[in-house]
Amino acid sequence: MDEPGRDPAADLMVDGNAVAGTLMGVFGEEVTTMPGQCAHCGTVNMIGGLHAYVRGPGIVLRCPVCHGVVIRAVERGEATYVDAQGMRYLRFRQTTVTGG
Amino acid sequence: MPRPIEWQLGTVTGIQTETPTVRSFTLGLPEWLGHRAGQHVDIRLTAEDGYSVERSYSIASEPELAGQLEITVERIPNGEVSPFLHDVVVEGDRLEVRGPIGGYFVWETSLGGPLLLVAGGSGVVPLMAMLRHRARAGATIPTRLLFSSRGPDEIIYRDELDRLAGHGDGLEVAYTLTRQQPPGWTGYSRRIDDRMLDEVLRPLGSGARTYICGPTALVETAANALLRLGLPADRIRTERFGPTGT
Amino acid sequence: MTEPFVTRGFVGRRTQPGEAGDLASRIPPGQYLTPDFPVLSAGPTPRTPLDKWTFAISGLVREPKQWTWDEFLALSARDWTVDISCVTKWTKLDMNWRGVSVDTLFENVELDPSAAFVIAWSDGGYTTNLPLGDVLNGQAFVAYEYDGAPLAPEHGGPARLVVPARYFWKSAKWIRGLRLQREDEPGFWESLGYHNRGDQWLEERYSGD
Repeated sequence: MDEPGRDPAADLMVDGNAVAGTLMGVFGEEVTTMPGQCAHCGTVNMIGGLHAYVRGPGIVLRCPVCHGVVIRAVERGEATYVDAQGMRYLRFRQTTVTGG
Repeated sequence: MPRPIEWQLGTVTGIQTETPTVRSFTLGLPEWLGHRAGQHVDIRLTAEDGYSVERSYSIASEPELAGQLEITVERIPNGEVSPFLHDVVVEGDRLEVRGPIGGYFVWETSLGGPLLLVAGGSGVVPLMAMLRHRARAGATIPTRLLFSSRGPDEIIYRDELDRLAGHGDGLEVAYTLTRQQPPGWTGYSRRIDDRMLDEVLRPLGSGARTYICGPTALVETAANALLRLGLPADRIRTERFGPTGT
Repeated sequence: MTEPFVTRGFVGRRTQPGEAGDLASRIPPGQYLTPDFPVLSAGPTPRTPLDKWTFAISGLVREPKQWTWDEFLALSARDWTVDISCVTKWTKLDMNWRGVSVDTLFENVELDPSAAFVIAWSDGGYTTNLPLGDVLNGQAFVAYEYDGAPLAPEHGGPARLVVPARYFWKSAKWIRGLRLQREDEPGFWESLGYHNRGDQWLEERYSGD
Protein backbone atom coordinates (compact mmCIF):
# COMPACT_ATOMS: atom_id res chain seq x y z
CA MET A 1 0.00 0.00 0.00
CA ASP A 2 2.92 2.35 0.53
CA GLU A 3 4.76 0.80 -2.39
CA PRO A 4 7.23 3.07 -4.10
CA GLY A 5 5.96 4.09 -7.51
CA ARG A 6 2.33 3.71 -6.46
CA ASP A 7 0.17 6.57 -7.66
CA PRO A 8 -0.36 8.83 -4.61
CA ALA A 9 -3.83 9.64 -5.81
CA ALA A 10 -4.77 6.02 -6.65
CA ASP A 11 -6.85 5.82 -3.51
CA LEU A 12 -9.17 8.42 -4.94
CA MET A 13 -10.34 6.12 -7.67
CA VAL A 14 -13.63 4.27 -7.31
CA ASP A 15 -15.66 2.03 -9.60
CA GLY A 16 -18.12 3.27 -12.19
CA ASN A 17 -20.78 1.63 -10.08
CA ALA A 18 -20.29 4.41 -7.55
CA VAL A 19 -21.79 6.94 -9.94
CA ALA A 20 -24.60 4.68 -11.04
CA GLY A 21 -27.11 7.17 -9.67
CA THR A 22 -25.80 10.01 -11.79
CA LEU A 23 -25.69 7.75 -14.85
CA MET A 24 -29.21 6.60 -14.17
CA GLY A 25 -30.27 10.22 -14.21
CA VAL A 26 -28.62 10.63 -17.60
CA PHE A 27 -29.63 7.42 -19.33
CA GLY A 28 -32.88 6.87 -17.49
CA GLU A 29 -31.82 3.29 -16.82
CA GLU A 30 -29.40 1.31 -14.74
CA VAL A 31 -26.37 1.17 -17.07
CA THR A 32 -23.67 -0.32 -14.88
CA THR A 33 -23.96 -3.79 -16.38
CA MET A 34 -24.13 -2.53 -19.94
CA PRO A 35 -20.99 -2.94 -22.01
CA GLY A 36 -19.33 -0.03 -23.79
CA GLN A 37 -16.40 0.01 -26.19
CA CYS A 38 -13.50 2.30 -25.34
CA ALA A 39 -12.85 4.63 -28.29
CA HIS A 40 -9.12 4.76 -27.47
CA CYS A 41 -8.14 1.11 -27.19
CA GLY A 42 -11.20 -0.80 -28.37
CA THR A 43 -11.68 -2.93 -25.27
CA VAL A 44 -15.23 -3.54 -24.14
CA ASN A 45 -15.93 -2.91 -20.47
CA MET A 46 -19.02 -2.83 -18.33
CA ILE A 47 -19.82 0.72 -17.30
CA GLY A 48 -19.83 -0.31 -13.66
CA GLY A 49 -16.24 -1.52 -14.03
CA LEU A 50 -14.84 1.71 -15.43
CA HIS A 51 -12.41 3.59 -13.22
CA ALA A 52 -14.21 6.58 -11.74
CA TYR A 53 -12.66 9.80 -10.52
CA VAL A 54 -15.33 11.71 -8.67
CA ARG A 55 -13.49 14.23 -6.56
CA GLY A 56 -13.30 17.37 -8.55
CA PRO A 57 -15.40 19.58 -10.71
CA GLY A 58 -17.00 16.57 -12.35
CA ILE A 59 -17.03 12.85 -12.86
CA VAL A 60 -14.50 11.20 -15.15
CA LEU A 61 -14.85 7.54 -16.09
CA ARG A 62 -11.76 5.95 -17.59
CA CYS A 63 -11.07 2.69 -19.33
CA PRO A 64 -9.58 0.20 -16.86
CA VAL A 65 -7.25 -1.05 -19.58
CA CYS A 66 -5.82 2.06 -21.27
CA HIS A 67 -6.99 4.76 -18.79
CA GLY A 68 -8.37 6.91 -21.60
CA VAL A 69 -11.40 9.04 -20.78
CA VAL A 70 -14.59 7.21 -21.72
CA ILE A 71 -17.30 9.34 -20.15
CA ARG A 72 -17.24 12.76 -18.47
CA ALA A 73 -20.13 14.32 -16.62
CA VAL A 74 -20.80 17.54 -14.78
CA GLU A 75 -23.89 17.82 -12.64
CA ARG A 76 -25.02 21.38 -12.27
CA GLY A 77 -28.32 21.95 -10.61
CA GLU A 78 -31.07 20.71 -12.83
CA ALA A 79 -28.85 19.71 -15.74
CA THR A 80 -26.07 17.21 -16.29
CA TYR A 81 -23.54 17.75 -19.06
CA VAL A 82 -22.34 14.46 -20.47
CA ASP A 83 -19.52 13.79 -22.91
CA ALA A 84 -19.31 10.21 -24.11
CA GLN A 85 -16.93 10.74 -27.03
CA GLY A 86 -14.55 8.31 -25.41
CA MET A 87 -17.07 5.55 -25.90
CA ARG A 88 -17.35 4.20 -29.41
CA TYR A 89 -20.59 2.51 -28.50
CA LEU A 90 -22.73 1.71 -25.51
CA ARG A 91 -24.79 -1.43 -25.79
CA PHE A 92 -27.89 0.01 -24.22
CA ARG A 93 -30.56 -2.45 -23.25
CA GLN A 94 -33.91 -1.30 -21.96
CA THR A 95 -34.76 -3.13 -18.78
CA THR A 96 -37.74 -3.29 -16.50
CA VAL A 97 -37.39 -0.88 -13.65
CA THR A 98 -38.34 -2.99 -10.66
CA GLY A 99 -35.56 -3.60 -8.20
CA GLY A 100 -32.80 -2.38 -10.52
CA MET B 1 -44.80 4.52 -7.67
CA PRO B 2 -41.45 6.26 -7.66
CA ARG B 3 -38.85 4.83 -10.01
CA PRO B 4 -35.30 4.23 -8.73
CA ILE B 5 -34.27 7.46 -10.38
CA GLU B 6 -36.76 9.56 -8.41
CA TRP B 7 -36.26 10.89 -4.94
CA GLN B 8 -38.56 9.52 -2.27
CA LEU B 9 -38.95 10.48 1.34
CA GLY B 10 -37.95 7.90 3.92
CA THR B 11 -38.64 8.14 7.63
CA VAL B 12 -36.00 7.15 10.15
CA THR B 13 -37.70 4.44 12.18
CA GLY B 14 -34.68 3.15 14.05
CA ILE B 15 -31.09 4.03 14.87
CA GLN B 16 -28.63 1.39 16.05
CA THR B 17 -25.07 1.83 17.24
CA GLU B 18 -22.83 -0.80 15.66
CA THR B 19 -19.43 0.45 16.87
CA PRO B 20 -18.23 3.71 18.46
CA THR B 21 -18.04 5.29 15.00
CA VAL B 22 -20.65 3.35 13.04
CA ARG B 23 -24.43 3.61 13.15
CA SER B 24 -27.21 1.93 11.26
CA PHE B 25 -30.34 3.77 10.25
CA THR B 26 -33.57 2.01 9.38
CA LEU B 27 -35.63 3.95 6.88
CA GLY B 28 -39.29 3.32 6.30
CA LEU B 29 -40.15 3.74 2.64
CA PRO B 30 -43.73 2.71 2.01
CA GLU B 31 -43.30 2.78 -1.77
CA TRP B 32 -39.97 1.01 -1.85
CA LEU B 33 -39.88 -1.37 -4.80
CA GLY B 34 -37.23 -3.59 -3.34
CA HIS B 35 -33.58 -4.03 -4.14
CA ARG B 36 -30.90 -6.63 -4.78
CA ALA B 37 -28.21 -7.32 -2.22
CA GLY B 38 -25.18 -5.15 -2.96
CA GLN B 39 -27.04 -2.16 -4.33
CA HIS B 40 -26.91 1.26 -2.78
CA VAL B 41 -29.05 4.32 -2.33
CA ASP B 42 -28.26 7.98 -2.73
CA ILE B 43 -29.18 10.20 0.22
CA ARG B 44 -29.71 13.92 -0.36
CA LEU B 45 -29.56 16.58 2.32
CA THR B 46 -30.86 20.06 1.56
CA ALA B 47 -30.38 23.19 3.64
CA GLU B 48 -32.95 25.95 3.84
CA ASP B 49 -31.17 28.07 1.27
CA GLY B 50 -31.19 25.25 -1.24
CA TYR B 51 -27.61 24.10 -0.71
CA SER B 52 -27.60 20.34 -1.07
CA VAL B 53 -25.22 17.43 -0.93
CA GLU B 54 -25.61 13.80 -1.88
CA ARG B 55 -23.86 10.67 -0.74
CA SER B 56 -24.20 7.03 -1.65
CA TYR B 57 -24.65 4.38 1.03
CA SER B 58 -24.82 0.65 0.49
CA ILE B 59 -28.03 -1.00 1.60
CA ALA B 60 -27.26 -3.22 4.57
CA SER B 61 -30.60 -4.99 4.77
CA GLU B 62 -31.79 -7.98 2.82
CA PRO B 63 -34.25 -7.58 -0.07
CA GLU B 64 -36.75 -9.78 1.74
CA LEU B 65 -37.79 -6.93 4.08
CA ALA B 66 -40.63 -4.99 2.54
CA GLY B 67 -41.16 -1.25 2.78
CA GLN B 68 -37.92 -0.48 4.58
CA LEU B 69 -34.20 -0.59 4.25
CA GLU B 70 -31.21 -0.15 6.49
CA ILE B 71 -28.04 1.79 5.79
CA THR B 72 -24.91 1.59 7.91
CA VAL B 73 -22.82 4.74 8.08
CA GLU B 74 -19.33 5.31 9.41
CA ARG B 75 -18.86 8.72 10.98
CA ILE B 76 -16.02 10.46 9.16
CA PRO B 77 -14.68 13.25 11.39
CA ASN B 78 -14.34 15.94 8.73
CA GLY B 79 -17.19 14.71 6.63
CA GLU B 80 -20.14 16.78 5.61
CA VAL B 81 -22.85 14.15 5.68
CA SER B 82 -21.91 11.38 8.10
CA PRO B 83 -21.45 13.68 11.11
CA PHE B 84 -24.87 15.13 10.34
CA LEU B 85 -26.44 11.68 10.21
CA HIS B 86 -24.76 10.63 13.44
CA ASP B 87 -25.08 13.83 15.45
CA VAL B 88 -28.32 15.43 14.31
CA VAL B 89 -30.70 12.87 12.85
CA VAL B 90 -33.22 11.31 15.24
CA GLU B 91 -36.08 8.85 14.83
CA GLY B 92 -38.93 10.47 13.01
CA ASP B 93 -36.70 12.59 10.80
CA ARG B 94 -37.21 12.27 7.08
CA LEU B 95 -34.46 11.91 4.50
CA GLU B 96 -34.56 12.03 0.72
CA VAL B 97 -33.57 8.70 -0.80
CA ARG B 98 -33.05 7.59 -4.39
CA GLY B 99 -32.60 4.04 -5.54
CA PRO B 100 -31.94 1.19 -5.60
CA ILE B 101 -28.86 1.88 -7.64
CA GLY B 102 -26.07 -0.23 -9.06
CA GLY B 103 -26.53 -3.45 -10.96
CA TYR B 104 -22.84 -4.16 -11.17
CA PHE B 105 -22.15 -5.20 -7.60
CA VAL B 106 -25.06 -7.47 -6.74
CA TRP B 107 -25.45 -11.05 -5.61
CA GLU B 108 -28.47 -13.20 -5.13
CA THR B 109 -28.74 -16.90 -4.44
CA SER B 110 -29.78 -17.61 -8.03
CA LEU B 111 -26.28 -16.55 -9.14
CA GLY B 112 -24.87 -19.45 -7.12
CA GLY B 113 -21.41 -19.85 -5.69
CA PRO B 114 -19.10 -20.75 -4.13
CA LEU B 115 -19.00 -17.21 -2.76
CA LEU B 116 -15.97 -15.28 -1.53
CA LEU B 117 -16.62 -11.95 0.17
CA VAL B 118 -13.74 -9.66 1.13
CA ALA B 119 -14.41 -6.56 3.21
CA GLY B 120 -12.41 -3.70 4.68
CA GLY B 121 -14.09 -1.65 7.38
CA SER B 122 -17.44 -0.27 6.28
CA GLY B 123 -16.97 -2.16 3.02
CA VAL B 124 -18.72 -4.98 4.82
CA VAL B 125 -22.09 -3.26 4.44
CA PRO B 126 -23.15 -4.45 0.96
CA LEU B 127 -21.67 -7.87 1.72
CA MET B 128 -23.83 -8.02 4.84
CA ALA B 129 -26.90 -7.49 2.68
CA MET B 130 -25.74 -10.50 0.66
CA LEU B 131 -25.24 -12.61 3.78
CA ARG B 132 -28.58 -11.59 5.24
CA HIS B 133 -30.26 -12.46 1.97
CA ARG B 134 -28.42 -15.78 1.88
CA ALA B 135 -29.64 -16.61 5.36
CA ARG B 136 -33.25 -15.60 4.60
CA ALA B 137 -33.25 -17.75 1.52
CA GLY B 138 -31.98 -20.71 3.53
CA ALA B 139 -29.11 -21.16 1.10
CA THR B 140 -26.23 -23.53 1.84
CA ILE B 141 -23.91 -22.18 -0.85
CA PRO B 142 -20.31 -22.48 0.42
CA THR B 143 -19.39 -18.94 1.47
CA ARG B 144 -16.40 -17.28 3.09
CA LEU B 145 -16.20 -13.73 4.38
CA LEU B 146 -12.75 -12.29 5.02
CA PHE B 147 -13.27 -9.13 7.05
CA SER B 148 -10.52 -6.65 7.86
CA SER B 149 -10.98 -4.17 10.71
CA ARG B 150 -8.59 -2.04 12.71
CA GLY B 151 -9.43 -3.41 16.15
CA PRO B 152 -11.90 -5.63 18.02
CA ASP B 153 -14.27 -2.77 18.89
CA GLU B 154 -14.48 -1.78 15.26
CA ILE B 155 -15.83 -5.03 13.84
CA ILE B 156 -19.18 -3.96 12.43
CA TYR B 157 -21.96 -6.55 12.86
CA ARG B 158 -19.65 -8.79 14.90
CA ASP B 159 -22.34 -10.55 16.94
CA GLU B 160 -24.59 -11.11 13.96
CA LEU B 161 -21.74 -12.42 11.82
CA ASP B 162 -20.72 -14.88 14.53
CA ARG B 163 -24.32 -15.97 14.82
CA LEU B 164 -24.71 -16.49 11.07
CA ALA B 165 -21.43 -18.41 10.93
CA GLY B 166 -22.67 -20.61 13.75
CA HIS B 167 -25.63 -21.86 11.72
CA GLY B 168 -23.47 -24.51 10.09
CA ASP B 169 -25.01 -23.78 6.72
CA GLY B 170 -21.76 -23.41 4.81
CA LEU B 171 -20.77 -19.88 5.88
CA GLU B 172 -17.48 -19.21 7.60
CA VAL B 173 -16.16 -15.83 8.67
CA ALA B 174 -12.46 -15.00 9.02
CA TYR B 175 -11.51 -11.78 10.75
CA THR B 176 -8.27 -9.92 10.54
CA LEU B 177 -7.43 -7.08 12.90
CA THR B 178 -4.73 -4.87 11.51
CA ARG B 179 -3.87 -2.51 14.37
CA GLN B 180 -4.94 -3.98 17.64
CA GLN B 181 -5.81 -7.50 18.76
CA PRO B 182 -7.42 -8.55 22.05
CA PRO B 183 -5.66 -11.06 24.32
CA GLY B 184 -6.16 -14.59 23.12
CA TRP B 185 -7.00 -13.51 19.59
CA THR B 186 -6.93 -16.45 17.18
CA GLY B 187 -7.88 -14.62 13.99
CA TYR B 188 -5.50 -12.98 11.55
CA SER B 189 -3.46 -10.00 12.73
CA ARG B 190 -2.27 -8.26 9.62
CA ARG B 191 -3.37 -6.55 6.44
CA ILE B 192 -4.90 -8.75 3.77
CA ASP B 193 -2.21 -10.38 1.65
CA ASP B 194 -1.77 -13.21 -0.85
CA ARG B 195 -1.16 -15.88 1.76
CA MET B 196 -4.25 -14.96 3.75
CA LEU B 197 -6.44 -14.91 0.68
CA ASP B 198 -5.02 -18.23 -0.47
CA GLU B 199 -5.98 -19.83 2.85
CA VAL B 200 -9.48 -18.39 2.79
CA LEU B 201 -10.06 -19.14 -0.88
CA ARG B 202 -8.64 -22.68 -0.88
CA PRO B 203 -11.77 -24.52 0.34
CA LEU B 204 -13.89 -22.65 -2.23
CA GLY B 205 -11.76 -23.31 -5.28
CA SER B 206 -11.02 -21.15 -8.29
CA GLY B 207 -14.65 -21.16 -9.39
CA ALA B 208 -15.55 -18.82 -6.55
CA ARG B 209 -17.61 -15.75 -7.33
CA THR B 210 -15.94 -12.87 -5.51
CA TYR B 211 -17.08 -9.51 -4.18
CA ILE B 212 -14.54 -7.14 -2.66
CA CYS B 213 -15.58 -3.91 -0.97
CA GLY B 214 -13.74 -1.32 1.09
CA PRO B 215 -11.13 1.42 0.76
CA THR B 216 -9.63 1.53 -2.72
CA ALA B 217 -6.16 0.43 -1.59
CA LEU B 218 -7.48 -2.69 0.15
CA VAL B 219 -9.71 -3.57 -2.78
CA GLU B 220 -6.83 -3.34 -5.22
CA THR B 221 -4.51 -5.37 -3.04
CA ALA B 222 -7.10 -8.10 -2.69
CA ALA B 223 -8.18 -8.10 -6.33
CA ASN B 224 -4.61 -8.29 -7.59
CA ALA B 225 -3.81 -11.09 -5.15
CA LEU B 226 -6.85 -13.08 -6.24
CA LEU B 227 -5.89 -12.70 -9.89
CA ARG B 228 -2.44 -14.03 -9.00
CA LEU B 229 -4.12 -16.95 -7.23
CA GLY B 230 -5.84 -17.85 -10.46
CA LEU B 231 -9.31 -16.39 -10.08
CA PRO B 232 -10.67 -15.30 -13.46
CA ALA B 233 -11.11 -11.53 -13.69
CA ASP B 234 -14.73 -11.81 -14.75
CA ARG B 235 -15.58 -13.59 -11.48
CA ILE B 236 -14.37 -10.67 -9.38
CA ARG B 237 -16.52 -7.61 -8.72
CA THR B 238 -15.14 -4.67 -6.80
CA GLU B 239 -16.65 -1.74 -4.98
CA ARG B 240 -13.97 0.75 -4.08
CA PHE B 241 -14.94 3.29 -1.45
CA GLY B 242 -12.14 5.74 -2.13
CA PRO B 243 -9.57 6.66 0.50
CA THR B 244 -10.05 5.50 4.08
CA GLY B 245 -11.70 8.11 6.18
CA THR B 246 -13.92 9.59 3.53
CA MET C 1 -43.79 22.97 -8.86
CA THR C 2 -43.43 21.47 -5.42
CA GLU C 3 -41.16 23.05 -2.85
CA PRO C 4 -37.87 21.20 -2.50
CA PHE C 5 -37.68 19.16 0.67
CA VAL C 6 -35.58 20.75 3.39
CA THR C 7 -33.70 18.40 5.68
CA ARG C 8 -34.27 19.29 9.31
CA GLY C 9 -31.17 20.64 10.99
CA PHE C 10 -28.89 20.47 7.94
CA VAL C 11 -26.70 23.46 7.28
CA GLY C 12 -23.82 22.06 5.31
CA ARG C 13 -20.14 22.68 5.44
CA ARG C 14 -20.02 26.34 4.62
CA THR C 15 -18.18 28.98 6.51
CA GLN C 16 -20.98 30.28 8.68
CA PRO C 17 -21.44 33.99 9.23
CA GLY C 18 -19.19 34.94 12.09
CA GLU C 19 -17.02 31.81 11.85
CA ALA C 20 -14.28 33.32 9.77
CA GLY C 21 -13.99 36.52 11.78
CA ASP C 22 -11.80 39.07 10.11
CA LEU C 23 -10.98 36.57 7.36
CA ALA C 24 -14.53 36.66 6.06
CA SER C 25 -13.77 39.29 3.46
CA ARG C 26 -11.18 36.99 1.92
CA ILE C 27 -13.62 34.16 1.28
CA PRO C 28 -15.37 34.40 -2.08
CA PRO C 29 -19.14 33.89 -2.21
CA GLY C 30 -20.33 30.32 -1.71
CA GLN C 31 -17.00 29.06 -0.45
CA TYR C 32 -15.91 27.59 2.88
CA LEU C 33 -12.54 27.78 4.55
CA THR C 34 -10.41 24.68 4.74
CA PRO C 35 -7.14 24.14 6.61
CA ASP C 36 -6.37 21.13 4.40
CA PHE C 37 -5.12 20.95 0.86
CA PRO C 38 -7.62 18.57 -0.75
CA VAL C 39 -6.45 16.35 -3.58
CA LEU C 40 -8.87 16.32 -6.47
CA SER C 41 -8.17 14.36 -9.59
CA ALA C 42 -9.59 13.47 -12.97
CA GLY C 43 -7.28 10.57 -13.55
CA PRO C 44 -4.05 8.77 -12.73
CA THR C 45 -1.18 11.00 -11.61
CA PRO C 46 1.13 11.68 -14.56
CA ARG C 47 4.79 10.91 -13.91
CA THR C 48 7.17 12.49 -16.38
CA PRO C 49 10.77 11.97 -15.29
CA LEU C 50 12.55 15.29 -14.83
CA ASP C 51 15.15 14.44 -17.44
CA LYS C 52 12.36 14.16 -20.00
CA TRP C 53 10.31 17.13 -18.74
CA THR C 54 10.14 20.27 -20.84
CA PHE C 55 8.07 23.44 -20.70
CA ALA C 56 7.12 25.04 -23.99
CA ILE C 57 5.63 28.28 -25.21
CA SER C 58 4.22 27.74 -28.67
CA GLY C 59 1.57 28.89 -31.10
CA LEU C 60 1.33 32.56 -32.06
CA VAL C 61 4.88 33.48 -31.09
CA ARG C 62 7.65 34.43 -33.46
CA GLU C 63 9.66 31.42 -32.35
CA PRO C 64 8.54 28.70 -29.97
CA LYS C 65 10.62 28.42 -26.82
CA GLN C 66 11.31 25.34 -24.71
CA TRP C 67 13.08 24.82 -21.41
CA THR C 68 14.40 21.66 -19.85
CA TRP C 69 13.85 21.17 -16.13
CA ASP C 70 17.30 22.50 -15.26
CA GLU C 71 16.82 25.47 -17.54
CA PHE C 72 13.44 26.16 -16.02
CA LEU C 73 14.84 26.14 -12.48
CA ALA C 74 17.48 28.62 -13.60
CA LEU C 75 14.84 31.16 -14.52
CA SER C 76 14.24 34.05 -12.19
CA ALA C 77 11.75 32.77 -9.59
CA ARG C 78 10.01 34.29 -6.61
CA ASP C 79 7.83 33.37 -3.69
CA TRP C 80 4.09 33.93 -3.79
CA THR C 81 1.55 33.86 -0.96
CA VAL C 82 -1.95 33.67 -2.34
CA ASP C 83 -5.48 32.57 -1.51
CA ILE C 84 -6.93 29.75 -3.60
CA SER C 85 -10.54 28.83 -4.29
CA CYS C 86 -11.70 25.60 -5.88
CA VAL C 87 -15.05 25.41 -7.60
CA THR C 88 -15.90 22.49 -5.33
CA LYS C 89 -16.32 25.18 -2.66
CA TRP C 90 -13.15 25.03 -0.58
CA THR C 91 -10.95 28.06 -0.11
CA LYS C 92 -7.49 27.97 1.38
CA LEU C 93 -5.81 31.16 2.51
CA ASP C 94 -2.15 32.10 2.47
CA MET C 95 -0.76 29.29 0.40
CA ASN C 96 2.98 29.61 -0.11
CA TRP C 97 4.33 28.81 -3.54
CA ARG C 98 7.58 29.34 -5.36
CA GLY C 99 7.74 29.58 -9.10
CA VAL C 100 8.24 31.59 -12.24
CA SER C 101 5.92 34.37 -13.28
CA VAL C 102 4.28 33.91 -16.66
CA ASP C 103 5.56 37.44 -17.40
CA THR C 104 9.10 36.11 -17.01
CA LEU C 105 8.33 33.23 -19.37
CA PHE C 106 6.89 35.59 -21.97
CA GLU C 107 10.04 37.75 -21.84
CA ASN C 108 11.66 34.92 -23.75
CA VAL C 109 9.27 34.97 -26.69
CA GLU C 110 7.82 37.53 -29.02
CA LEU C 111 4.04 37.37 -28.99
CA ASP C 112 2.25 37.80 -32.27
CA PRO C 113 -0.10 40.79 -32.05
CA SER C 114 -3.03 38.50 -32.86
CA ALA C 115 -2.38 36.27 -29.85
CA ALA C 116 -5.41 36.69 -27.62
CA PHE C 117 -5.84 33.42 -25.71
CA VAL C 118 -3.60 31.05 -23.83
CA ILE C 119 -4.22 27.32 -23.72
CA ALA C 120 -2.44 25.66 -20.83
CA TRP C 121 -1.84 22.01 -21.59
CA SER C 122 -0.66 19.27 -19.27
CA ASP C 123 0.60 15.73 -19.05
CA GLY C 124 -2.38 13.41 -19.01
CA GLY C 125 -4.29 15.48 -21.56
CA TYR C 126 -5.79 18.19 -19.35
CA THR C 127 -6.24 21.65 -20.83
CA THR C 128 -7.65 24.95 -19.65
CA ASN C 129 -8.05 28.27 -21.44
CA LEU C 130 -7.46 31.86 -20.33
CA PRO C 131 -7.56 35.21 -22.09
CA LEU C 132 -4.02 36.50 -22.50
CA GLY C 133 -4.80 39.46 -20.25
CA ASP C 134 -5.59 37.09 -17.35
CA VAL C 135 -2.06 35.68 -17.18
CA LEU C 136 0.02 38.86 -17.53
CA ASN C 137 1.12 41.45 -15.01
CA GLY C 138 1.78 39.14 -12.13
CA GLN C 139 -1.56 37.33 -12.31
CA ALA C 140 -0.17 33.87 -13.07
CA PHE C 141 2.90 31.80 -12.39
CA VAL C 142 4.23 28.31 -12.90
CA ALA C 143 4.90 26.88 -9.45
CA TYR C 144 7.31 24.08 -8.60
CA GLU C 145 7.42 24.43 -4.85
CA TYR C 146 4.65 24.48 -2.29
CA ASP C 147 5.25 25.29 1.37
CA GLY C 148 9.00 25.22 0.90
CA ALA C 149 9.19 21.75 -0.64
CA PRO C 150 9.08 20.43 -4.20
CA LEU C 151 5.51 20.31 -5.43
CA ALA C 152 4.11 16.82 -4.77
CA PRO C 153 2.83 14.83 -7.76
CA GLU C 154 -0.72 14.59 -6.39
CA HIS C 155 -0.82 18.39 -6.25
CA GLY C 156 0.48 18.83 -9.76
CA GLY C 157 4.23 18.37 -9.42
CA PRO C 158 6.76 18.79 -10.83
CA ALA C 159 5.13 22.06 -11.94
CA ARG C 160 1.66 23.51 -12.21
CA LEU C 161 0.11 26.74 -13.34
CA VAL C 162 -1.33 28.93 -10.59
CA VAL C 163 -3.84 31.66 -11.40
CA PRO C 164 -5.07 32.84 -7.97
CA ALA C 165 -7.82 35.10 -9.26
CA ARG C 166 -9.63 32.20 -10.91
CA TYR C 167 -11.19 28.98 -9.64
CA PHE C 168 -8.47 26.43 -9.16
CA TRP C 169 -9.43 24.32 -12.18
CA LYS C 170 -7.70 27.02 -14.23
CA SER C 171 -4.46 26.31 -12.34
CA ALA C 172 -3.50 23.38 -14.52
CA LYS C 173 -1.60 20.63 -12.74
CA TRP C 174 1.31 18.88 -14.46
CA ILE C 175 1.59 21.74 -16.91
CA ARG C 176 3.91 21.27 -19.87
CA GLY C 177 3.22 24.35 -21.92
CA LEU C 178 1.28 27.42 -22.91
CA ARG C 179 -0.02 27.77 -26.44
CA LEU C 180 -0.92 31.22 -27.75
CA GLN C 181 -3.93 31.36 -30.05
CA ARG C 182 -6.11 33.87 -31.84
CA GLU C 183 -9.22 31.86 -31.06
CA ASP C 184 -10.41 30.75 -27.68
CA GLU C 185 -10.58 27.00 -27.08
CA PRO C 186 -12.58 25.83 -24.07
CA GLY C 187 -10.56 23.36 -22.02
CA PHE C 188 -11.39 20.14 -20.23
CA TRP C 189 -13.98 21.52 -17.83
CA GLU C 190 -14.93 24.63 -19.80
CA SER C 191 -16.17 22.38 -22.59
CA LEU C 192 -18.47 20.53 -20.23
CA GLY C 193 -20.53 23.28 -18.66
CA TYR C 194 -18.06 25.16 -16.53
CA HIS C 195 -17.63 28.89 -16.92
CA ASN C 196 -15.22 30.00 -19.58
CA ARG C 197 -13.60 32.62 -17.34
CA GLY C 198 -14.02 31.38 -13.75
CA ASP C 199 -13.71 34.53 -11.64
CA GLN C 200 -14.45 33.31 -8.10
CA TRP C 201 -15.43 36.77 -6.83
CA LEU C 202 -18.16 36.97 -9.45
CA GLU C 203 -19.01 33.32 -8.71
CA GLU C 204 -18.48 32.35 -12.33
CA ARG C 205 -18.76 28.60 -11.76
CA TYR C 206 -20.88 27.44 -14.66
CA SER C 207 -21.42 28.69 -18.19
CA GLY C 208 -24.25 31.15 -18.11
CA ASP C 209 -23.50 32.31 -14.56
